Amino acid sequence: MSNKTTIGDKFRTYLKHPGSFIVMLLVMLSAIITFAVLIFLIAYILINGVPHITPSLFSLEYTSENASVVPALVNTIIMTLLSLVIAVPFGIFSAVFLVEYAPRGNKFVEIIRLTTETLQGIPSIVYGLFGMLLFVNALGWGFSLLAGAFTMAIMILPLIMRNTEEALKAVPDSYREGSFGLGAGKLRTVFRIVLPSAIPGVLAGVILAIGRIVGETAALMYTSGTVAQIPDSIMGSGRTLALHMYTLSSEGLYMDQAYATAVILLVLVVGINALSSFIARKLTKA
Amino acid sequence: MKSKAWTEKFMQGVFFVAACASVLAVALICIFLFANGIPAMREIGFIKFITGDIWRPGSDQYGILPMIVGSLYVTAGAIIFGVPIGILTSVFMAMYCPKQIYKPLKAATELLAGIPSVIYGFFGMVIVVPLIRSLGESLHAAGIVKNAGNGNSILTASIILGMMILPTIIGTTESAMRAVPSHYYEGSLALGATKERSIFRVIIPAAKSGVITGIVLGIGRAIGETMAVIMIVGNQARLTGSILQGIRTLTGNIVIEMGYATGLHREALIATGVVLFVFILIINLCVAVLKRGTDHE
Repeated sequence: MSNKTTIGDKFRTYLKHPGSFIVMLLVMLSAIITFAVLIFLIAYILINGVPHITPSLFSLEYTSENASVVPALVNTIIMTLLSLVIAVPFGIFSAVFLVEYAPRGNKFVEIIRLTTETLQGIPSIVYGLFGMLLFVNALGWGFSLLAGAFTMAIMILPLIMRNTEEALKAVPDSYREGSFGLGAGKLRTVFRIVLPSAIPGVLAGVILAIGRIVGETAALMYTSGTVAQIPDSIMGSGRTLALHMYTLSSEGLYMDQAYATAVILLVLVVGINALSSFIARKLTKA
Repeated sequence: MKSKAWTEKFMQGVFFVAACASVLAVALICIFLFANGIPAMREIGFIKFITGDIWRPGSDQYGILPMIVGSLYVTAGAIIFGVPIGILTSVFMAMYCPKQIYKPLKAATELLAGIPSVIYGFFGMVIVVPLIRSLGESLHAAGIVKNAGNGNSILTASIILGMMILPTIIGTTESAMRAVPSHYYEGSLALGATKERSIFRVIIPAAKSGVITGIVLGIGRAIGETMAVIMIVGNQARLTGSILQGIRTLTGNIVIEMGYATGLHREALIATGVVLFVFILIINLCVAVLKRGTDHE
């Protein structure tokens, strides 16, 4: 390649245009700041937290001495499962409606799009307030895992809808035409052909939603409550890991445990997100 | 065959009902927030509620001006820290980044978005707060500021929020820049402009609406952020002119006092939520308008 620019050429250009050189430096500096901050945050929490991960942190019962994370972990799992059970069918079915059934340019579809976007922009504390007003007070469920799960379900609904929609749109029309051509009905085509081919995209969305649930605090504080034990039923109050982490650090009495809990939370959420993008990448390759 | 047609119709109905869920959710959120918040606003007096600068639930004084100003302060701070770094980082990602390291860096920006807000808050609490405290103390010793503050301040919250809005801004700006046709850039280079001049005079102006959408989304995220902010901003419900002083945001007001509030106090907190919700709706509307604008181009 004869027209390849060498470092010397670049250097001469920058010498002639010092302004451009400064701009280039600023760009590099900003990128370094962004990634350095991320690396520092993760490294700092890992270095300070890992030594405090002790067996007593994983005691089955929470006491004021061990500040065990086990009840919070169990609550988080229950919360995640409940929220998914509520939100996933709605999310997938509404995406199916939008992509497969709704006539294009329909006014109602526009309204659904608009409300989904609105839901996505609403901050978690507003969801928390709403969940408290509707589920905890109006329906009389009190602070409970169920109230928290319903609140979270509304919060993750747009996430699942959007990802499923994208995945359904990516299924080639020839699949549908082939299925119709073989005499399958619309419903059969959707469930046997379209949805199975869209599974990786749907899954990526669901896993992303799990990440949201695990990391959520503000929406759960006044819906699922902050009791540090595993409740007897889903009508009981119990705090999830993120809320546990918040309580530990704001009380200021358990800083060592707070660091350790931060590590567990961070590893969980990062792992979940990595899994989601791994599956999403599988989708684009296939 | 008849039963099959019936199933088809039935399931179509099921899909339709599911699709109504998001509409229903938004409607319920609006109804419940407004129905529970508006009566308090009426009782306190809308103008008094919005413009009153004293929040003292003990003596039935409910003015949320300090919180509105607080939210605006930290959001503006987040913009000052987050937007320049975010836009320049997306320039790096779109135009400079070597191919070999692009994938891990892209994953890193997504990771930044995935970290829970409690972790950001905790990080702010143990790292940024002490830094700002010593900054305040040395500025105080040098006689530049009157009050050193204790590190829980507008500045601290601005830095952490600036970090938190980075992924939003980087994601939107980068994809907007990539959507600009490459012949714009090549044309500019061919006219003798340097790479940097081509990026900042040709590509960014062409990607303007995407960049602005990213910033507006960032504003929405900053103004709605709750847990990270209350852990580092001090939460004093007062007006202050110094960025080294603590302040309380709209979101913080709800979380901190909801636990023990009753009666009008509780309703006033819900009304605070309504004000926040209206802010967010306005921001959402801006995003929707901006997006429609780009779609038509």
